[in-house]
Amino acid sequence: MSEYKVTQSKAPVFFEYFDRKDENRHQTHYCPGCGHGVAHKLIAEALGDLGVQEDTIVVSPVGCSVFAYYYFNTGNVQAAHGRAPAVATALKRSNPKATVISYQGDGDLAAIGTAEIVHAANRGENITVFFVNNSIYGMTGGQMAPTTLVGQESTTSPWGRRPNNEGFPIKMSEMLATLEAPAYIERVALSDAKHILQARKAVHKALELQKQGAGFTMVEILSPCPTILKMEPVVARQWVHDVLTKHFPLGVFRDHKPEFTPVDVPQKPIAELLGITGSKLTEEEKHSRRQHTRAKTIKVAGFGGQGVLLLGQLIAEMGMREHMEVSWLPSYGPEMRSGSANCSVTLSHERIGAPVITRPEVLVAMNEPSLRKFGATVKTGGVILYNGRALPEDLHYEGVSVACIPASEIADQIGSARVANVIMLGALLEATDCLPFTTASHVLANFVKNQKLAEMNEKALAAGRDFLDKEILVGAVAGPDGCGE
Amino acid sequence: MAKGKVVVNQDECKGCGLCVESCPQKGMALREELNHYGVHPAQQVEDVCTGCGICYYVCPEPGAIVVYKVVAEAPRSEVLNAATV
Repeated sequence: MSEYKVTQSKAPVFFEYFDRKDENRHQTHYCPGCGHGVAHKLIAEALGDLGVQEDTIVVSPVGCSVFAYYYFNTGNVQAAHGRAPAVATALKRSNPKATVISYQGDGDLAAIGTAEIVHAANRGENITVFFVNNSIYGMTGGQMAPTTLVGQESTTSPWGRRPNNEGFPIKMSEMLATLEAPAYIERVALSDAKHILQARKAVHKALELQKQGAGFTMVEILSPCPTILKMEPVVARQWVHDVLTKHFPLGVFRDHKPEFTPVDVPQKPIAELLGITGSKLTEEEKHSRRQHTRAKTIKVAGFGGQGVLLLGQLIAEMGMREHMEVSWLPSYGPEMRSGSANCSVTLSHERIGAPVITRPEVLVAMNEPSLRKFGATVKTGGVILYNGRALPEDLHYEGVSVACIPASEIADQIGSARVANVIMLGALLEATDCLPFTTASHVLANFVKNQKLAEMNEKALAAGRDFLDKEILVGAVAGPDGCGE
Repeated sequence: MAKGKVVVNQDECKGCGLCVESCPQKGMALREELNHYGVHPAQQVEDVCTGCGICYYVCPEPGAIVVYKVVAEAPRSEVLNAATV
């Protein structure tokens, strides 16, 4: 007595129900006859066969397949338009054991995402890209894609694609196969049963290669878009076979194991690379360290070239050496010299959420424009350190301590305008007690190789401290005009 | 009793007709009646099914088609070989 058994049914990698909308939870959002559904099925089946469903992350693109995360019961991330290979790179590098899939259409991969795919391929990222090429923009309504054929009509090439105006279709598989790193690139077509089963093999192979750590793998899938091509599903599929595959020939364009000579680099924690040892502190030690450090949010601003960003970096490093949590966020124009520059530094005893500082507790203004720009943003009870003899007459700050330090002049006396920022650092440490001077000296000494400059830095640090110490008292003397008598 | 049979989920099917076109035995057809969603869903109409699974692979819907076969081991590889030779 023979009986029937199920041999093909919905792959377990798919969700049982697709929760995109309350209605139609049992079917995809794709049009009747769309190639995406078939591509999804092949991928789901391969993931199941390879037993990697639990470790898989699918990056879905922008395009019709944006909703892939409603279908694959795997990890899912939806990337910005064209950025799926970059997102997949990050996912793979931070989860090396995961199977990471970048699923993209031709508008996503070959137009707005051209840079990402080329460089992910060129780096040989161990990810698998499924590139669904239907030669047209689907979701947005039939605009010309980079893969649109010569003479093919679209809403943005109503007279057919003209090479003299719009160029030729880009053959991504061939292009990427010119790179050294990719391990496997094949083009397949969902044009009939025979070719779909060939595609099935290619999909399986690409994912298996990723599992083996072979490197970058891509399967370009020529796919019918019956709706936009205004064809019956059967006709659209025939068109893929008769027309599309003539312009995008099927085949394997790359199948080799790329030769990488690994270069050993020290895989150490940042603290160790910077020579900060003993980073594991007991609660007691932490408490004792907190006695001589203060949490502060600091904005340093000035002209590019005044050492504004560097000063921020130095403060951040000093904080690290004191086992504080730190962040340093630069913001500057494209100019390397003379443009305006500023950076935000957070010194904290707690983990830092956002490095952005809109209301700093301390402002180091290296010039007048910076003071005018950021002076009013300083928090009540905060400190403004201004590089100048006195505040401009029209500026007044309520509830804020202001100290004017002619740092550029003092720096000239010391011997180099370059140390003005270190003078401001000396003043800042004296004014806020946020970090010990010994740490500052230590970091400065490590930073500078030139002995003469190192000596000037020492002098500058002391000069800043002494100026504030002897000549004005921050806070106590902040009158309405801000500057001490 | 044919070697195989195909059951189409009448609500999930969108009536694209790819399975009808692809069936080597010409055993599938779109129904005359409309389903709940207003399409003519496919179904097996002739008892000629070999259980080859082609309709399953050409169907764009993840779970619209279930293929049955009279007890057979490792049916998938069989399909693959049969279809790509």
